[in-house]
Amino acid sequence: MSSQHLALLTAKGISKRFGGVHALADVGFTINHGEIYGLIGPNGAGKTSLFNVLTGIYSPDGGEFIFDGQPLNGLKPNEVAERGIARTFQNIRLFANLSALENVMIGRHVRTHATVIGAVFRGPRTMAEEKAIEQRAYELLDYVGVQKRANDLAKHLAYGDQRRLEIARALATEPKLLALDEPAAGMNATETADLRRLLERIRRDGTTILLIEHDMKLVMNVCDRVMVLDYGKKIAEGAAAVVQKDEKVVAAYLGGEVTLNLKGTG
Amino acid sequence: MQQFLDRKKYPRGAWVGIALIAIALVVLPFALTAVGTAWVRITNLAILFVLLSLGLNIVVGFAGLLDLGYIAFYAVGAYTYALLASPHFDLHLPFWIILPIGAAVACLFGVLLGAPTLKLRGDYLAIVTLGFGEIIRIFLNNLSQPVNLTNGPQGITLIDPFRIGAFNFAKRETIFGLDFTGPVKYYYFMVLLVIVIIVINLRLQNSRIGRAWEAIREDEIAARAMGINTRNMKLLAFAMGASFGGISGGIFSATQGFISPESFVLVESIMVLSMVVLGGMGNVYGVVLGAILLSFVPEILRYTVEPVQKALFGRMLIEPEVIRMLLFGLALVLMMLYRPAGILPSALRKRELEAK
Repeated sequence: MSSQHLALLTAKGISKRFGGVHALADVGFTINHGEIYGLIGPNGAGKTSLFNVLTGIYSPDGGEFIFDGQPLNGLKPNEVAERGIARTFQNIRLFANLSALENVMIGRHVRTHATVIGAVFRGPRTMAEEKAIEQRAYELLDYVGVQKRANDLAKHLAYGDQRRLEIARALATEPKLLALDEPAAGMNATETADLRRLLERIRRDGTTILLIEHDMKLVMNVCDRVMVLDYGKKIAEGAAAVVQKDEKVVAAYLGGEVTLNLKGTG
Repeated sequence: MQQFLDRKKYPRGAWVGIALIAIALVVLPFALTAVGTAWVRITNLAILFVLLSLGLNIVVGFAGLLDLGYIAFYAVGAYTYALLASPHFDLHLPFWIILPIGAAVACLFGVLLGAPTLKLRGDYLAIVTLGFGEIIRIFLNNLSQPVNLTNGPQGITLIDPFRIGAFNFAKRETIFGLDFTGPVKYYYFMVLLVIVIIVINLRLQNSRIGRAWEAIREDEIAARAMGINTRNMKLLAFAMGASFGGISGGIFSATQGFISPESFVLVESIMVLSMVVLGGMGNVYGVVLGAILLSFVPEILRYTVEPVQKALFGRMLIEPEVIRMLLFGLALVLMMLYRPAGILPSALRKRELEAK
């Protein structure tokens, strides 16, 4: 069976330099429909840079992305979202002074159409759309489990709730690919387990997930395949369990050469 | 009042309140004429400032774009009216054609002036918009050669008043036994217009577009990541704000009968911005209140400062103009110290300014 049919996102030769620093060097990978694909690597490896290049915040110095059969080159961030890639941010970028509900309603913007004319005249189509937006926002808040906090300001939400709200807002854009940047950062074991269930549910419901994470337990449990970056280069790709044992990967995380001395003394 | 317009659930108390305000608005010009004929003119000028503040509120309050050159759109609207309804080009189009044209021209300028500022933030945006405001004024001052477009510093005179058929807004006449001077007629027109503009603003705020503006204000990067075309939304904010300025400018031309570049100087932009900020940036009602206060209070002071000083000190110590500026400055300082969110802060503003 040709894997071409399964591929949702293909990256070839992605490079990005900031002055003398090679944030990304010739990175290539494939994410298939319906999988949860992990992106791991030590701090500074280029994971968030890859996100930023993918979502149009930076343009790559070389290489290209093919998403759902179409190239992503030169697209601006809002165009990338329209194509179906939604992301969350490492440092959480919610609309802090708006309520949780309003945050998710704003996520619906890209899939709705009311214009200034609609806003001013409030015809039946606009009013129906507004109602649908609010309803869908409530549904998504419920989906991620923060429905009780719908009218609370985003900045007043507990940390774990904020992370989940950001996911709800991203889901509101109806993405084909959901790109999450360290969603489990700062979460305890219970919250991480809840997050894992949420991610599996999202996958079950048809959205592909690209996940940057440091929590290895979560990565092992939830990711189908994983890619490892180190100093901007891909050093391994494959099933999580296999990649985890790869010498180069271990060395990258431990920061030195590791000699696997399996033969006892001598 | 927003609920009343949207969802048809309003307590009977709101109806009574609205009825009282409506009666007060209808009766006001005649009550003011009894105090002094100048007061209706002052009221009309205040209403123009309300319109301007509402327009600037879209740019500064809703979208969070600091614009220090907003008066340029007022100028564009005023000159559009003057050029199409005066002896200057000997064109005399009716006001109900020119006002929409003025709005459209101002809209266009809003896009033209907004486009280069899209990548700018904060202080840089402010300075560039200030520059554009000045550029417009200087153009108006100098476009008398080689082709006399604007008549330069002399301005344009004998501008037509509003006319509908035989009904002339500038003519004083008696209707239903009541004395309708020119300003009184314009007053009713402007009050109706302001009500419409307020409704438009409230509806914009509570819509998909309004939410997109809020998102851009809060976090532009996140807004873009969620698919909002921030470039177009910002241009839309500039365009809509400018169009209200353009309409106000046209009315200004007609009521004054004469305009010159001197009416559109930087301090006017700052005055409108002060009204928006003091009233409560982002809150439509706050902005209206800010405009009314900052228009009326200096005028009231002008009339009371002299008698008060004479009564207290036996003579006038400080000129009314000077006192006006002193008190204005003092008011600004006090507001920033004790109520930086404005008199009627928008809920958003209040949250931003309260400690987390």
